Amino acid sequence: MVSAPEPGGVDEAMEEHTLQVEYESALESVDSAEEAVLREAEPLGFDEEERHRIGIAVRECMVNAVVHGNRYNAKKKVWLQVQRTPDHITIRIEDEGDGFDPAAVPDPCAGENIYRQSGRGVMMMQAFMDEFAISPRVPRGTQVKMVKYKTDR
Amino acid sequence: MSAKLTTRQVGDVTVVDVAGKITLGEGASALRTTLRDLAANGHKKLLLNLAEVSYIDSSGIGELVSAFTTVANQGGAVKLLNLTKRVQDLLQITKLYTVFDVFDDEPAGVRSFA
Repeated sequence: MVSAPEPGGVDEAMEEHTLQVEYESALESVDSAEEAVLREAEPLGFDEEERHRIGIAVRECMVNAVVHGNRYNAKKKVWLQVQRTPDHITIRIEDEGDGFDPAAVPDPCAGENIYRQSGRGVMMMQAFMDEFAISPRVPRGTQVKMVKYKTDR
Repeated sequence: MSAKLTTRQVGDVTVVDVAGKITLGEGASALRTTLRDLAANGHKKLLLNLAEVSYIDSSGIGELVSAFTTVANQGGAVKLLNLTKRVQDLLQITKLYTVFDVFDDEPAGVRSFA
């Protein structure tokens, strides 16, 4: 019999693990996804501030998927995948919206844009994660991939 | 903890003590409603004390910017007090540090409206 590693222990961090969750297009899904990612990230031992940054990135990404992508459409889903390795975590979030061209987002820091109420989410995700990529999802929608490495790697 | 907002008057400056989570949904809505009501009632000198803000997202930041422009258009000002490191980080990333007057001392913040 093989004993299971202690939750949150070193052994668990050494195991590669993948979590996949399907969410409704609702604001409640944002909190749920953030909590799920932080639980998955736990064994990697990120400090409090790094956990906060990962949480914000997931929150911003989920809000984009639910609000701007799927537009709260109950028939559309949001998919979260979290892959954990011993030294990093990869987060993928996909929606079924009409697609999104990141190049079309005005620079939120440029000129009068700084006074706009919205448009800062992507910039925050880029700042808080080590890798960030947006691409079209097949057959429709948007997929975002974000990676965070352990700082002591 | 969800958002909690308390308003107090220091001379002719309205200090808004903001606490909790200011994110899309309840928290950002509460902040928006409070600031809009204050502006609608002629309060033009607003000092937002963010010391107890545990979490703010782009929606919450957006509400701060929206209040800033609304009140500025009415001839007033919205200034910030006691930023946590997390809020400071976000204001730096979004370059909003260049927009808001920021204080870490309430009397100095209040005096700045004179």
